[in-house]
Amino acid sequence: MAETVVKDREFPATENGEAAVVARPRIDVLETDLELLILADLPGVKPADVDVRFENGELTIHGRRAPTNAGKRRALWEYEPAHYHRSFRLSEDVASDKIEAELKNGVLTVHLPKAEAAKPRRINVKGE
Amino acid sequence: MFINSRTLNNLWREMDGFRSEVDRLFGKQLIGTAAVAPALNVWEDETAFYVEADLPDVPPEKLDITVKEGSRLTLSGERRATDPPNAVWHRQERFCGTFTRELTLPAPVDADKVEAKFEYGVLKLTLPKSEAARPRKIMVKAE
Repeated sequence: MAETVVKDREFPATENGEAAVVARPRIDVLETDLELLILADLPGVKPADVDVRFENGELTIHGRRAPTNAGKRRALWEYEPAHYHRSFRLSEDVASDKIEAELKNGVLTVHLPKAEAAKPRRINVKGE
Repeated sequence: MFINSRTLNNLWREMDGFRSEVDRLFGKQLIGTAAVAPALNVWEDETAFYVEADLPDVPPEKLDITVKEGSRLTLSGERRATDPPNAVWHRQERFCGTFTRELTLPAPVDADKVEAKFEYGVLKLTLPKSEAARPRKIMVKAE
């Protein structure tokens, strides 16, 4: 997982005053006739701590992860529990007022219904 | 030369490091390979070990947790691929398939009292140390 250390006003620094570690969540992108579907792995993030924004055709996912087991000694440390941030541009026209998102079992699902103009249409061919 | 648990843990760390390097080079996890092992963080206090692993969307019934020989913890499970009908895939980065991970804890645990729960896609295990492994305060007898 690509992890970068960034100093970001939106992510609180750790207890030691170090900059927060921010990871790019893994995503799946699917498309049906009616919508774009984005799934993102955000393990450890509570629904209240995730922020999904859609602005100028760009979707931004932002998740804060709270530290766990404070006060206990680390015995083995293989991954840095990180905050999540990722934004990407969508090529389809999206009905931005109808976007819905839910977070369940560490997976964020974002439904982006297509704008009327972007939905496929069957054109009737008139015969003589 | 003998291998103690510390050496094994270092080996795991090396392998995970190598895997994330591969992930970085290829931009995603190698989907469908059997070599996928979730990374673990372990904490401890005087009474127990606390193990956490990021396992988003792994249903509890598809997860097997075993403790063998007192201190060998094994996690294995499966994450099913999302498959909405009539959908076209544009990008697939999220891992799906089976995984197995083994870890030897530094001290034996009480296998009957292990507790496991999922919280926001994170598996959290509490493994109480066996009586013999708990620290004891030794009373020094006075004459």
